[in-house]
This record gives sequence, C-alpha cells and structure tokens, in this order.
Amino acid sequence: MAIRRGERILMRGNEAIAQAALDAGCRAYFGYPITPQNQIPEYFAAHMPEVGGVFIQAESEVAAINMVYGAAAAGVRAMTTSSSPGISLKQEGLSYMAESELPCVVVNIMRGGSGLGNIAPAQADYFQAVKGGGHGDYRTLVFAGWSVQELYDLTRDSFDIADRYRNPVMVLGDALLGQMMEPIILPQDVIDPDDLPPKPWATNGAKGRPRNIINSLYIDPADLEQVNLRLQARYDEAARREVRYAGEHLEGARLALIAYGTAARVSISAVEEGRAAGLPVGLFRPISLYPFPSREIAALAEQVEAILVVELSLGQLVEDVRLAVEGRCPVHLYGLSGGIVPTPAEVLQKIEPLMAETRA
Amino acid sequence: MSMEEGTRTSVLFERPRALEPVRMHYCPGCTHGIVHRLVAEVMDELDLAERAVGIASVGCAVFAYNYFACDMVEAAHGRAPAVAVGVKRVRPDLFVFTYQGDGDLAAIGIAETIHAAARADNISIVFVNNAVFGMTGGQMAPTTLPGMKTSTTPYGRDPKAAGNPIRVCELLSALDGPAYLARVSVTNPQRVREAKRAIRKAFEAQLKGLGFSLVEVLSTCPTRWAMPPQKALKWLDDNMAAYYPIKEFVVAEGLLEEK
Repeated sequence: MAIRRGERILMRGNEAIAQAALDAGCRAYFGYPITPQNQIPEYFAAHMPEVGGVFIQAESEVAAINMVYGAAAAGVRAMTTSSSPGISLKQEGLSYMAESELPCVVVNIMRGGSGLGNIAPAQADYFQAVKGGGHGDYRTLVFAGWSVQELYDLTRDSFDIADRYRNPVMVLGDALLGQMMEPIILPQDVIDPDDLPPKPWATNGAKGRPRNIINSLYIDPADLEQVNLRLQARYDEAARREVRYAGEHLEGARLALIAYGTAARVSISAVEEGRAAGLPVGLFRPISLYPFPSREIAALAEQVEAILVVELSLGQLVEDVRLAVEGRCPVHLYGLSGGIVPTPAEVLQKIEPLMAETRA
Repeated sequence: MSMEEGTRTSVLFERPRALEPVRMHYCPGCTHGIVHRLVAEVMDELDLAERAVGIASVGCAVFAYNYFACDMVEAAHGRAPAVAVGVKRVRPDLFVFTYQGDGDLAAIGIAETIHAAARADNISIVFVNNAVFGMTGGQMAPTTLPGMKTSTTPYGRDPKAAGNPIRVCELLSALDGPAYLARVSVTNPQRVREAKRAIRKAFEAQLKGLGFSLVEVLSTCPTRWAMPPQKALKWLDDNMAAYYPIKEFVVAEGLLEEK
C-alpha cells in the first residue's frame, strides 16, 4: 500500500479508522452502507484484499455483526462499523458476543436521532454505547476520540483491549469527525496477525485438543451467574486499567467543562477564548466513556466550583458526571440535539453567567 | 472404520465418533436424533471432525453444541448462516456447517439464508423442517401447512390470515449460488439412506469448493403435532411430503462426476 508513514499526511476520519484496523492486524470486516460512515467500508473494500483479509458487504447490519461473531469465534481480529440506526440493529449481536466472551471492535459514527433522524453530527447514542446497548448484564468498553489522529490511535488500541478482555469494544465518532480531513501521522510499525498471541478458546478445528464451544446459553441460573460475574470482574479490571481522559487549562480553573468528541472540540475553543478574556475555565475530556473516569471527575469536583457538561444530546453524559460528582459541586448541562453543533461563541455564552455565579 | 480385515470380531454398529456419548434432550419419536446421527456418520466417513466448526441455532436443536464432537458455536436466532460465513471466510480450510430448524431458518433467518446462498458462500446447512416451532410450544412456523393446527393457529392455518408456507428449496433454487439443494425425509430406512446420501453430497460440495449447499430434512414433531411417533411419520409422508416434494433441486456439475 502506497501510504506514507512517520510523516504528516492528510486523512479523513473514517479512512483513518479503517487504516487503524488494518494496522492492528484486523483481517475481517463486515459492514452495510449507511451515511456518514461509508468511507470505512469503501476503504476496506479497496485495501483489505492487499493484506489478504476478508471484506463482505453484508445483507444487513444484523448479518454483518453476526459475521463478525463468526470471524471472532474463529480467532481472527474482526470489525464492523455503522452509524446510529445501524448500531441499534447490531445490539443483538453485541449482547451475544459479550456473553460468549468474543472480542471485536465496532465503530459508531453517530448521526442525529432518534429514528431515521439525520446525517448531522450528534452524540445521542451515549446511553446505548455505555450502558450495555443490547439485552442483558454486559457492557461494551467505549472510547471516544476528538481528532482524526486520536480516532486512529483509539481504534488501533481497541483491538488489543478487545482481545485482552474478550469483549466488544466500541469507538465513538460522529458525522463531523468521520468526514473531516486532518493531518495525521501513521506509525511505522504495523501488527502482523501471525505475531498475535494465540487464542486457545477459538473454534478453529479441534485438532490435537479438546473441542471448543462458544455459547451464551446457560440454562442453570447458577451457571449464567458465574459467567456474568466473570464479565463483571473484567469490567472492574478495565476500570482500574483502561480509564483514559485529558485535561486542558484545568489548573486554577473555577469552572470545568466536561465534554467528549466533537463537543469537546468546540468546547476547547470556548475555553481558550474564555482564558484569553481572563476567565478561570478549563476542559476535562473523558476519552474512555466506559469505563468512565469517575474518580478523576470526583477529584475535579473538589477542585472547581461548578461543572458545565457540553454534549450533543439532551442529558446523557451529564448523568454519569453527576453520579461521579455526587453533589460535590453544581453540575450544569448545555445539551444540543438533532444534529446541531454549537459554535465556540455559543458555548462561551453559557460559560460567562456561570463564571459570574462562581465569583459571587 | 472399526471393521478391520483379519480380525475375528468386528463392530457392525456403533456410535459415530463425531457424536458425543451423551444423552440427547429430544422428545421420544422426534427425528432430530436420526438427523444428528446421519450428520455425524458423514463427518466420520469424510474425516471432518478435527477441522469442522458447527453452528447451532435457536430452537429444539439449540443444544446441538453438546452433541456434535467438534468445535461448535451457538448463534443467535436465525443468524447461523451469517456466523458460518464469518467462520468460513476467515478460515476456508475449515469445514463449516449449520444445523437449523424451520422457525430459525425460514422465518427470522430467511434473509441470512438467501444471501449466503446468493453469495455462493461455501457452507453447508442442515435444515430440519418439522412445520412448527417446537421448543417454544408449538406455534405456527413459516412452513406450517395450510389448515394445520398450531398453538397460534388454533383453528388451522388460514393462508388468507396467516400466509402461505415457504418452500425453502424451491425458493433457493431461483438463485445462481447454490451448488447442492435437496429435500429428504427420514420416515423409513430407505428414506434415511437417501437422506444420508444427500447430506454427504452437500458436505462434499463444500469440500470441493463448489459453494452453498443445503439439505432440507422433513422431520416429525410428535409432541407438538400431538400424535404418537408412528402416526407422525405417516402424517409426514401423507401431508408434508405432498406439499414439500422430496427430491434433489440443484446438483452442481462437480458433484455429478461422482461414480
């Protein structure tokens, strides 16, 4: 592949996600067309053959996630991507994969909802992503980037994390992040799937070993409980090891904005304008949305006088923030919906009266 | 095989190696057990167990993963063909088969079935059609015959209200993808032998890389049909086999070269 590595190149978010998967040793992609993520399957259609991998444009989102289930069961790094309505259709498969302890990476380039909604940027699938999404007592591990580079890095890492926890990992982007082009530096090193650790649990032919069964049916409640407790123990471990976040201008801040993805991207401009105007405001940016950086936000709530959550949904992220803050400081919400993205000036307008309150 | 020349004693009948030595949960008179055995016998004859991945589905055969002595994956309802495609595409060296009922394959999973067939995905499907949802309590299936009573067609299936049955082999015959399509039954020893030959051809189609193969096995459900096993076999012969003709629908050229 004639792609330049180790130097700044211009790449679209969706394409960077696909390249990250290839670089992570993903050799099976199954997808279905839906805007605004179509560059991902198109990229795989063009480039998966170059690495001898599998690309199928499936008959449905449901079939696509179940092909992922099969490929993952056979021990191969596998991926599907979609946008909001399509991600809803994949939830059945994600529930089965979590309970069957199968790794995979799913990317949701979120669009406006609910229903058919529109194709503008939104973050309204937050609850669906971080609270389990499908039926049952499971979670997907969820990461959200705010730049093309970060989407590449997170997508790539997600394959390692999925294998480590034998659980689906979801990467959240949105119509803006997926479509925009930005400079990105692709690392020189790429993962050869043959160098990955073996998966002794995989169903890939019981030659010279006892047969393997991949299953999510446990008729005896005591057996099912054991599986669910095992999953929970993994989520607890992920909470200790996989929490990611970033802080900007938080030193001396009296008001902290909390936002991820595109909302954080707009918020940082507002914060910088505020700082330039002498306002002590900063930005805390969760990168792992599940596990959620609850301890860090609790510590932040001790440090600042108030928190303003900025999200492209009408009060989803703010719930997890309030659970983390536990009343330590007021938590305000600036939520937008339907594909509306605020300007930095509009965020600043929300900041200013809150700053006045904190000074009072 | 256990029969060896020169030995004084020889085993004439035994459990297939590809069948786990466990008790099955199937009801008395249900023909799932026969179909399991035929699949396992063919796996033994073709020496497939160590490179086979079976996909169990949702329905009475959901526990198939406990019975076939090979790697097994349990799929969500109707999704077995998609799961099989996922396994087979990343590991074409494996032998991949699904074992599905008529509710699973012809109702909720008809899209996955049609598209796997249309893509000529090189997988084999054993499709057990007993015209009813067995596990959930005997509700109407897409294959329930007109006039047939089920728990959700208590007055008999009225095609005007509840639709017409789907003939899966005929439906798939319209596609270019399938390499082997056959409908069989297991109501008497001759039919059982024919069914085994069909399953073998289907598996050979995959081993030869010819594409999609499916064997529909007309099966009885004495429990949900509320009939004694013998009567159920006769009812199948008289009614199901009349609506669902027993025959080969598609036989790829590569299979005709057989002796």
